[in-house]
Amino acid sequence: MESSANPDELETVIGPMNMVKGEVEGESKKDKPEEAKRKRRRLKVAHPERCIGCLSCMFACSRINTGRASLDRSAIKVKTQGGLEGDFAVVVCHACKDPPCVAACPTGALEQKEEGRVVFHRDLCKGCGACADACLIRAITLDAEGKAVKCKHCGACVAFCPHGVLELEEVEN
Amino acid sequence: MLRRVLYIDLGKNESFVEERHDLFEEWLGGTGVATQLLLEECPKGADPLSPEAPIIFSIGPLNALFPAMTKTVATFKSPLNDELGESYAGGRLAMAMRFAGHESIVIRGAAESPCYISIRNDDVKIKDATSIWGIPATVVGYILRDVETGVGRRSIIRIGPAGERRVKYAGVVADTYRHFGRLGLGAAFGSKNLKAIVISGTEDVELPDPKRYRKIYNKLYRTVVQTDAMEKYHDIGTPININVLNQLKGLPTRNFQESSFEDAEKISGEVLADNYLFRRVSCAHCPIGCIHIGMLKTSFSRQHEFEIRKISYDFELIYALGSNLGVSSPEGMLELIEACERQGLDAISTGVVLAWATEALDRGLINLEDTSGIPLQWNDVDGYLKAIDNIVKMPNEFYSALAEGVEQASEKYGGQEFAMALGKNEVPGYHTGPASIVGLTVGVRHSHLDNAGYSIDQKAAKKNLSPEEMVDAIIKEDDSRGVYNSLVGCLFARGVYSTENIIEALGSVGIEKTEEELEILGRKIFDEKYRFKRREGFDLEKSRIPHRFYETVSTMGMVDPETIETMMEIYRKRRGW
Repeated sequence: MESSANPDELETVIGPMNMVKGEVEGESKKDKPEEAKRKRRRLKVAHPERCIGCLSCMFACSRINTGRASLDRSAIKVKTQGGLEGDFAVVVCHACKDPPCVAACPTGALEQKEEGRVVFHRDLCKGCGACADACLIRAITLDAEGKAVKCKHCGACVAFCPHGVLELEEVEN
Repeated sequence: MLRRVLYIDLGKNESFVEERHDLFEEWLGGTGVATQLLLEECPKGADPLSPEAPIIFSIGPLNALFPAMTKTVATFKSPLNDELGESYAGGRLAMAMRFAGHESIVIRGAAESPCYISIRNDDVKIKDATSIWGIPATVVGYILRDVETGVGRRSIIRIGPAGERRVKYAGVVADTYRHFGRLGLGAAFGSKNLKAIVISGTEDVELPDPKRYRKIYNKLYRTVVQTDAMEKYHDIGTPININVLNQLKGLPTRNFQESSFEDAEKISGEVLADNYLFRRVSCAHCPIGCIHIGMLKTSFSRQHEFEIRKISYDFELIYALGSNLGVSSPEGMLELIEACERQGLDAISTGVVLAWATEALDRGLINLEDTSGIPLQWNDVDGYLKAIDNIVKMPNEFYSALAEGVEQASEKYGGQEFAMALGKNEVPGYHTGPASIVGLTVGVRHSHLDNAGYSIDQKAAKKNLSPEEMVDAIIKEDDSRGVYNSLVGCLFARGVYSTENIIEALGSVGIEKTEEELEILGRKIFDEKYRFKRREGFDLEKSRIPHRFYETVSTMGMVDPETIETMMEIYRKRRGW
C-alpha cells in the first residue's frame, strides 16, 4: 500500500489537454536529500472550474496506489454540489505545515517527516477516524477496511486529469 | 468480479440477490446478459405495460474500470413496438451499479401506489413516492438528492409526467443530462408505479493483475485523450454533424420533405458552442466530457431579470426539434428540448410525431379541433410547446393517438407515407441513403442507430460501395456491437476499443477471450435478440418503409424502392434466413 507511483508510467500518459508537463515525482527517491529538506511537492487544485466530473483522477489514485478500481480508496475527492447541474468541488490534501491529522493520530500511523511531508503507516492505523475529524477540508476519509486514505502528493491524479485542473507545486519548508 | 443479479419484485415488496456466473460466463455482460434475462423473465405475448413485463438493467465486465466504459443497457418489452425494447444511458449509473455490487438488476411486478427504489449495496428499499408523482423529471432529482445518501457516487434515474401517463415513447432521465430515451422505458416505469431508482455503493474492484490492468488502461486512456479518435465529441460535440449532414443533403428537414435546411447554420453545433455552450460534463470515468450544456437566458421583466435554464443538447435533438420541425432559432430549439426534459419524453420520437402532425394538419388529414386549436406549423415554437404538453395530458383522442407514437397515429388518421418510423420506432436524424434505411429496418438495437447505416452511406457516397458491400458492413457492425454493448462501452469510443484492445482489457480483469470467440458471441447475441423479436411477433417481411424516403434526395442521391428490396434480399441471404 505504500508503493509510490511509478513516474515512468505516469509520464507516458500525460495528454495534450493536460497542462501539466514534466515529471511527476512525489516521494521519488530521485529527490536529493538536501533539496528534499527544503522543498516538497504539493498537490494543488489550480483550476477547479475546469473540472468536468469525469472522476479520472479518483480512479487514477486508487488504481496506481492500491491496484484497485475504487472511489473509496482515492485520496482525491471530486464532489458534486447539487448533482451534475451544480459545480464540482475538488477536495485534496492541503499538505499543511503543521498538520492537524498528524496531531490527532493516537497511534503514530500518520507521521510527519523532517522535510514536512506526512507519511502514512497503514499497519499502525486503528481506524479511529480522529484524523478525518481533524481535517476541516475533509481530505482524509476511511476506506472499506476502516483505514485512513491519505494523499501522498504523488501526482498520479495530475497525470490523468484531462482538463488541467490539477497541478503539483513545490513548496518551501 | 461480482457476478450478481439483483431481483426486485415491486408487487411482493421483496428483493434478493443471485450469483449468476453461468449467465455472465456465457454472455459476457451488458446486452448479452440483459437479452437472456429478458427471455427468461418476460412471458411470451406479455402486455408491455403489465406487471408481468420485466425491466432489466445490466452493465458489463469493463464498466467503471476503463475510460469511456460508461453505459448501462436496459432491456424490456417496448410499449412502442411491442417487441424488443433496448435502450442505453450514460451518466453515473454504470459506476453506481458496479460499486453497489450488482451487474444486473431485474425489476418484476408493479407497485400498488407510486414508489421509488433505493439501493445501497445490498440494502434495497421500496419507498413511497406519492408526494413526487406528477413532478417533472428535472425536479425529482433535487428532491431525491436531499433525502437519499451516496452523494458523489450515486446515480438517480427517474421519469417525468410522460412516463407516469404512459406515453409510449416516454424516457427515463439518468442523472439529469443523460437518458434511456428510446422505445418507452419511461412508460414501463410508469406502468409499475415506479418513479425513480437511486443507487450507490461502496464495493471496489480488486484486479487480478494490477500491472497488466494499468498497462492497458494507460494505452486506452492515451488513445482517448491524445489521438483524434474522439476529438469530435470533445470539441463541438455530436452537433458538429448538423452542418456536415446539411451540406451532404442528409439532414432531415420539415418531416423529411427536404434533406437540407436553409437555417441549419443558425442551429449548428458551431453556433451553439460559440453562443450558448457554457459547460461540459462527463459521464463517470470518461475523460472526454461530451455532455454539452447550453445556457438559455430568457428575460422575464424589463428590470433585467432572467430565467436561466441549463439544457443539454446533442445532434439528434437538434434534428428532431430543430430542422425536422423547421425551427430556425437556437432559443426555440433549446426550449423544445427543455420541454421534453421536463416531461420526460424521448426527444427524437416527440419531434418526429410533431412533424407528422404538422404535415397531417397541412394536408387536411386532421383539423384544428383535433389539435385543440393549435395551428401546428413549421417553426412555430409556441405551438409545439403547447402540443408537447398536450401529448402528455392527452386532452382528446388526437393527442392520445400522438402519445401512441407516429405509427399508431398515422394508422388512425392516415399519412403513413410520411409517418417516419422504421420498426415502429421514430427514426433518428439521417437521410443519408439506403444503408441507413435498411440498417434501421433490420437492426436489433432499435433504440438508436443500430448498425451505423448512416456512416456506411457516407462511405458509400465516397467509395461507390455495392449493395452487397453495404449489407456486409451492416451485418459486421451489428454483430460487433453485440460484443461492445455487452461491455457496455460508449459508442463514441468504439474506435478506441479495437478487438485487440477489448481482448487485452478483458484479460486484465481475468476474462480470457479470443477474437474468434468474440466474433461468435456477437453473432449469437444478435440471434438471441431476433429470437425475442420473433417470439413477440416481429416479421421482417412485413416491415413498413415510409414512402417519403423515396421522395426526398439523400446523401446518396434519390433512393429507389428496388435498391432497398435488393439489399433486404441480400441481407436475408447473408443471414441465412
